[in-house]
Amino acid sequence: MITVDIEKKLRAYKGQQVLKIAAQFTAGSITKIYGPSGSGKTTFLKIIAGLIAPEKGKINVDGNVWLDTGSNISLSPQKRKTGFVFQNYALFPNMTVQQHLEYATDDVQWIKRLLAIGKLETFAVYKPEYLSGGQQQRLAILRAMAIKPKLLLMDEPFSALDPKMKSELIPELKLLWDELGTTILIVSHNPQELVGLTENEMEINPL
Amino acid sequence: MDLTPIWLTLKLASITTLVLLLIGLPVAYWLSKGRSVIKIILEAVITMPLVLPPSVLGFYLLLAFSPQHGVGKWLQHNFNVQFVFSFQGLILASVIYSMPFMIGPIKSALQQLPLSLSQASYTLGKTERQTFIHVLLPNIRSSVLTAVILTFAHTLGEFGVVLMIGGNIPGVTRVASIAVYDSVENMDYPAANAYSLILFSITFIMVISVFVFNKYKAKSPLE
Repeated sequence: MITVDIEKKLRAYKGQQVLKIAAQFTAGSITKIYGPSGSGKTTFLKIIAGLIAPEKGKINVDGNVWLDTGSNISLSPQKRKTGFVFQNYALFPNMTVQQHLEYATDDVQWIKRLLAIGKLETFAVYKPEYLSGGQQQRLAILRAMAIKPKLLLMDEPFSALDPKMKSELIPELKLLWDELGTTILIVSHNPQELVGLTENEMEINPL
Repeated sequence: MDLTPIWLTLKLASITTLVLLLIGLPVAYWLSKGRSVIKIILEAVITMPLVLPPSVLGFYLLLAFSPQHGVGKWLQHNFNVQFVFSFQGLILASVIYSMPFMIGPIKSALQQLPLSLSQASYTLGKTERQTFIHVLLPNIRSSVLTAVILTFAHTLGEFGVVLMIGGNIPGVTRVASIAVYDSVENMDYPAANAYSLILFSITFIMVISVFVFNKYKAKSPLE
């Protein structure tokens, strides 16, 4: 069980807004997060990952305190080790597809399996600049999965995939998530994108 | 023609570049992360040699490290180290004088990398050091190379600072730029011409290589 109760000021066009979220996510669940542009969806994921600090709040994951501003506790992103799929992919330009995964894990079999799921075996020696948008996005997902995360945070993870690729990839990923018992939070603009994958939804609207 | 000033210059430029590379990488990394009053002041101090007359910098270094005063006296007394009129002094002066040429390009390149690269590495459990070595540094390679070449080339051409703190001691502090001046003073134009031509050629090759390594794109020292 993941419990989140945070408060963070957001800079907005019309002055300042406050992102205030109190939510619970069951272990192994998949939750779709939606809301208008600039509402703080990405900020929310980054707060959970430990990449952005909120002004106030608590985050508790399976009984472990990740964040408690009242007690000055804030685990580093390295200790939280959430899988994170960035909206801009954040791929490393100096690394090939294979090296991305090797940077994240030593498990050779796991890397092979991920490459097969992402259909990137034949592109293993390619650097991101030689991959298409869809291939880059798949690599970003695979890299996040390489660390076998207990919590996976995905920011618009399927936006560059064509419908066929999406329909093949998502069931394969679902198998992995079930196997690892991963809890997933997915930010998505597209209402149709996650149909059938999740029943849980959370709307973000800053005050 | 005595080639000692040329060797001395190349030795000075090599040591200065190496020292500045070791200092410059962590300092540039630290400066590239966020802003603070301390960082602004330090950055201004590092940039000062770009705008300050070299003789002024040399004069202050001479005062600071003179064995009769302050730091110089303390170093002489406790460690028997003398920076004035010695090769060590030239290294110290060159490191300070060429610092903006090493730190500027590296800091700028680090700031231009998307923040999400570091963040992605942290979420994979990697430390700041691992992230710097495996992700950031390889992606600013061309800027580091530019910084190294510019620092080396700039050190070759130092005159004012070097003359003030090192003087003109043959085989010790008489580098090529001073040898040119000295030769002209002594009306030995062939020697001055030879030293100048060697310095010109080395510097020209260095600057050309900056352009080649950066795929013909000009990079300002502070870029």
